[in-house]
Amino acid sequence: MKKHFVKKWNRYFIIGFIMTAVAILIAVAGVFWTPYSTTAMSASEKFAAPSLAHPFGTDNFGRDILSRVMKGVGTTVLISSLVVLISGGIGILAGALTGYFGGILDEVIMRFTDAVNGFPSILLALVVISILGTGRQNVIISLAIVFVPSFVRIVRSEFIRLRDADYISRARLMGVGRVRILFVHILPNIFSTFWVSVMIGFNNAILAESGMSYLGIGVQPPDATLGKMLSDAQGYLMTAPWYALAPGLAIVWIVLGFSLLSEGIRRMQA
Amino acid sequence: MKYFAKKIITLIMTLFVVSVAAFVAFQIIPGDVVTSILGTEATPEREVQLRAQLGLDRPPIERYVNWITDVLKGDLGVSYRYSKNMNEMMPVAELIGDKLPVTLWLAAVSLGIIIVVSIPLGVLWARSRSRVADALFSVCTQVTMAVPSFFLGILVTYLFGIILKLFAPGGYVSYKEDFAGFLGYLLFPAISIALPKVAMTARFLRNSMLTEMKSDYVRTAYSKGCTDRRVMYAHVLRNALMPVVTFLGMIIAEIVAGSIVVEQVFGLPGVGRLLISSISTRDFPVVEILILYITFVVIFVYFLVDILYRVIDPRISNR
Repeated sequence: MKKHFVKKWNRYFIIGFIMTAVAILIAVAGVFWTPYSTTAMSASEKFAAPSLAHPFGTDNFGRDILSRVMKGVGTTVLISSLVVLISGGIGILAGALTGYFGGILDEVIMRFTDAVNGFPSILLALVVISILGTGRQNVIISLAIVFVPSFVRIVRSEFIRLRDADYISRARLMGVGRVRILFVHILPNIFSTFWVSVMIGFNNAILAESGMSYLGIGVQPPDATLGKMLSDAQGYLMTAPWYALAPGLAIVWIVLGFSLLSEGIRRMQA
Repeated sequence: MKYFAKKIITLIMTLFVVSVAAFVAFQIIPGDVVTSILGTEATPEREVQLRAQLGLDRPPIERYVNWITDVLKGDLGVSYRYSKNMNEMMPVAELIGDKLPVTLWLAAVSLGIIIVVSIPLGVLWARSRSRVADALFSVCTQVTMAVPSFFLGILVTYLFGIILKLFAPGGYVSYKEDFAGFLGYLLFPAISIALPKVAMTARFLRNSMLTEMKSDYVRTAYSKGCTDRRVMYAHVLRNALMPVVTFLGMIIAEIVAGSIVVEQVFGLPGVGRLLISSISTRDFPVVEILILYITFVVIFVYFLVDILYRVIDPRISNR
């Protein structure tokens, strides 16, 4: 049995897993330790090119870019995880109720998610942020609002698929309570589908978060974020091209690793 | 006909809902607009006067009706932040007017690149039986889809602007002065928007073609003696393009969203840049109109795709 499972591992999964593990390790390490302080400025080391002392060079204030990228990866991963956790949780609850019971509530929620789904997600996040104001907390809230509809749709369609399955009707006949049917009998069976959409959502959250901080309407300084670093770096592209490279590649690394991982998991299930 | 009438009603309903939502959303924001416009020059008399001038002393429902009727008449209101001179506030219509062509051209050029590049690429990919090409294409699509548009923009700036010196970064040329120069400058932002979409579209077309190649009509075409080339282009591609049209329609919505970010990267004075600056300065009349406008564009494109789809494939309207 176990051997069979191992055999189904594929290259996507392995590469994606390694890339994601490295990213998470860096993010966790960055919380406790960075090679230099992320705020320590040094006029003499302004725009130092990559070297052994500063593997990714230094920025316009002489701050170590590696340290700032480590912190930035942490911020981005933390925000995206919280966004997916919140919107996924709400999505499960709303999707389960509307999918299983149907009715008017279902109609209303579906029309609403239809409207939101047709809308570019970054635009919606911008609107919410313009109402709430910028800052770490509001970025999480606005992105969570943006991502809820997609989760509701997926959970709902899975609950609709399963609500009339034989084993559910039998559970109902045996007198199992509604809450138990919803969350003990159906929920575990939708996880394989739900997991893939969580991973896609996580990637979109990373891109959206860094996009927002790039535009200057996301997480505010002094918190180091990859997006803000990129927008700072853009002004020094002529003098210090390495400044833009590190935060940019960090985003690509996280997103690519995660999408390979989700592709690998999808293929393992297929 | 009945179908189109129904679609148009849905389109209007959606716009109505979005307009109400946008209006309500900006009513519940804390902070008083009048005091923030006047700033240190605020006196009770001037506040009352400005409040009356902006119609802010009216009840919300009346204000909404006034706003939406004005918008329908073509009067988009005045900006809270930009002023023409000391006494006159900048009309939103004027503010948006000369920024609109920039965004529309950017979207058009991006879409052009996507279509011109991705369709031959998708066909080539579907036709190549080589596993190396397959793997190469797969890796490329995975990687391009993981690159955020603003980082891609920066890379394009660095490669084409600073190393190859094909354009001057930040050296935007207005379409009013030199249209060819304007398009030349737009080419690079358009590439940044188009590249990830090219990968997606080519992949989509390839999968669509591979599915079609297994159909019965392909076997029939071969058996009646069609050449490989003819089967591919006259039969398979034609049918495989159908879902791609829908896909391209969805992509247009993303191009519009992508242009918000990319305009910022390349310093293009378009609608997206105005939206960002209006959001950070809390210039709500401008934000409301831009939301309404972008929603309209997105819904209208979906509507067009729907019609186009029925024109290309008459079978759908008979269903």
